[in-house]
Amino acid sequence: MFGYIVQRILAAVPVMGFVALFVFLMLRLTPGDPAAIIAGDTATPEQLQRIREALGLNDPLHIQFITWIGNLLQGDFGTSVLSGKPVIELIAARMEPTISLALTTIILSVLIAVPLGVIAAWKHGTLIDRFVMLISVLGFSVPVFVIGYLMISLFSMQLNWFPVQGFRPIGDGLGQFLHRIALPTFTLTLLYIALIARITRTSMLEILGDDYIRTARAKGLPERLVLMRHALRNCSVPIITVIGIGFALIISGVVVTESVFNLPGLGRLTVDAVLARDYPVIQAVILLASLVYVVVNLLIDIAYVLLDPRIRYT
Amino acid sequence: MTLTLDLKHMPDRIGAGLRRTALSAAVLAAATMAAAPLSAETLTAVKHSALRVLDPILTTAYMSRNHGYMIFDTLFALDESMTPQPQMVDSWTVSDDGLTYRFTLRDGLKFHDGSPVTGDDVAASIARWGERDGMGQVLMDFVESMGQDGDNVFVMNMKEPYGLVIDSLAKPSSNVPFIMPKRLAETPSTEPIPEQIGSGPFTWVADEFQPGVKAVYAKFEDYVPRDEEPSWSAGGKVVKVDRVEWVVMPDDQTTLNAIMAGEIDYWESPPSDLLPILEASGDLEVRNLNALGYQTIIRPNTLNAPMDDPRIRKAAIASIYQKDVLDAMIGNPDLYSLCGAMFVCGTPLATDVGSETLTEGNGQDLARQLLEEAGYDGTPIVMMHPTDVGTLRTQPVVVAQAMRDVGFEVDLQAMDWQSLVGRRASQAPVDEGGWHMFATNWVGADVFNPLVNNMVNGKGPDGGWFGWPDVPELEELRMAYATSGSLEEQQEIAAKIQEVAYDEGVYAPIGQYFVPSAWSSDLDGVLDGPAPFFWNISKN
Repeated sequence: MFGYIVQRILAAVPVMGFVALFVFLMLRLTPGDPAAIIAGDTATPEQLQRIREALGLNDPLHIQFITWIGNLLQGDFGTSVLSGKPVIELIAARMEPTISLALTTIILSVLIAVPLGVIAAWKHGTLIDRFVMLISVLGFSVPVFVIGYLMISLFSMQLNWFPVQGFRPIGDGLGQFLHRIALPTFTLTLLYIALIARITRTSMLEILGDDYIRTARAKGLPERLVLMRHALRNCSVPIITVIGIGFALIISGVVVTESVFNLPGLGRLTVDAVLARDYPVIQAVILLASLVYVVVNLLIDIAYVLLDPRIRYT
Repeated sequence: MTLTLDLKHMPDRIGAGLRRTALSAAVLAAATMAAAPLSAETLTAVKHSALRVLDPILTTAYMSRNHGYMIFDTLFALDESMTPQPQMVDSWTVSDDGLTYRFTLRDGLKFHDGSPVTGDDVAASIARWGERDGMGQVLMDFVESMGQDGDNVFVMNMKEPYGLVIDSLAKPSSNVPFIMPKRLAETPSTEPIPEQIGSGPFTWVADEFQPGVKAVYAKFEDYVPRDEEPSWSAGGKVVKVDRVEWVVMPDDQTTLNAIMAGEIDYWESPPSDLLPILEASGDLEVRNLNALGYQTIIRPNTLNAPMDDPRIRKAAIASIYQKDVLDAMIGNPDLYSLCGAMFVCGTPLATDVGSETLTEGNGQDLARQLLEEAGYDGTPIVMMHPTDVGTLRTQPVVVAQAMRDVGFEVDLQAMDWQSLVGRRASQAPVDEGGWHMFATNWVGADVFNPLVNNMVNGKGPDGGWFGWPDVPELEELRMAYATSGSLEEQQEIAAKIQEVAYDEGVYAPIGQYFVPSAWSSDLDGVLDGPAPFFWNISKN
């Protein structure tokens, strides 16, 4: 197992290298010029040229790439060409809202969706099953921004229970933190409940007809144990996969939710950087997103082994 | 939190559950309230965009200009009658031969680091501004030398008399001649200043700056405001709140909800379709603060055929009816005006010379005639169409249709604004990444005279603005304007410039529009001006 993990980590290095090269080249091929954005409407071509020179944008591409990679290997992600702030600082400032939203959403979703999926499969074909499927279809079908606006309209504007927008770090107090993160969490949770409950139900349905479940029931095991210990554990692999990918998706940015609730997360940082052609920031956040996917996939694979003894990596 | 339930009369099990829930809610609410900062002295504003570049001389971005007005001060400033008034300057003299200006600074002016403002700081700041700004560059052409004479006297020696010295130093919009410490002003004008130290009414709270999220300013306790009443950027800049926070909200609906819920105090530029909702709220005031508004324009590229023929450019302009553009773009007639004045309606230089077809919508026959005379061969006109900016996505569509109606072939190419910004700098032919036309908007104060209005620059590909018309007559007239001595003379020259510019088809204003701001009725003293100002505002 340890050897497998080391092997996977080593395999991630060329993946990250390829992503770095791809992102770098794509950005340079995309129309747009950070110097023109900085200089504004009235800059003359000479002024633009001087700003490009100052930013190092006139250097040959391979020199720019080598410089960037060299700095990266020393832990230097560069500085934003617009604000002049270190990229690592910009990303660090946006991590807490994003990670907070990802954790609260995934935890709440799992707590609700997995039992719902199990119950729906157990009561397959009944009104309960149909209700869970209705929730699932709604969660998938209604755009997140619509759910967000409805939440704001009801819970903020009508009932005045939660603020409309904004984020407070947990360091400002747990109450403040929860008060602000609640609505975006509920909004995203609906989508994730739909996803996880559906996968749970489908996986459970496949397993509930298996011989060993029939055997467990024939032994007289309580239905709760049959469902939770025998059935759910055996169908946990696809559920864990969905949860892991869902977590990585939120970490790499949920722009719409962040925009609707004005959360200063990584998604907005990425979009803002792309629109402003802030190359160092774009490169860093895309690399970070790739890293998150690599790590999450590794964790998912490790979780497979822990949850399903039949799976072995060599 | 206003949750009230009659728990006493609930059945026991339900009541117990709800009591626990209510208790939890009460604890949550108490924790929330306990941790909430006292916000009575903090003014929270949502601006039109995010602040990213902190150097208002390096860039012409309006957010950087607005940031500049917070932390820097100016020698002169325009009042609401567009007359320059002294701001940092206490008194000034001009020698009889018009070659020496001596400006004495007000007593007590100091920078945020505690150092006094000196003539050397002023000289370095004006020199850096003069490298970047168009009006500043013209001023510098006339300046022989600058320096200080004693700590608080700034001297400017001219090569020859120049009538717009004070007007230049009072320039109200990008780039504004802000005064900064000499050590910052000596930063090359192509690099950002390393610190945000000014002598303006607010200090910069660097620790709380998050680009794209929040910018924070604190009252500068040592600022000495003038005694006069505030008027535009002139007069006393009395700060009446402790902090101003500019927060970025990318979603208009969220901003609407936030201001109606009292979470923010001020919204600089709400979209016109949300104004009725804001106006219907009894807790908000909605008013246009910028009397000059914005000028929306269409600009042809004079380098690329067939737009290199003035007749083709004039045909394109003649096909446009401003009302069609503004109806589609703004909708509400109260928020726009038909205006063919290149130097903006409502200013001393406003004139309708040469603009009849734009405001009357009667130029289609003329356009067809011009196309025929020019032998237009159907070459598609590449019009860049930025689809990601709400105030720029409509004009190209309407203009393209107007041009098609008179016989043009138009290739409307969708792109994001930053792609347009990069591509418009290209002087290459169309098939090598060039272009024919694009639309943009200007704050009125940025185009209200021939020196600041870049579109009437006739320097051509070497020194001109995107589109690069090479019209020496325009340059001669602009120089005549710069050295003119009276308003009547300036008006006469400005009218001539407009006539030549229309005749050459260098650009067309396709309407003037206004963007009201909205703010909580708890705020008093919100000022009119060519840029949003945050002094004089108190919060109840």
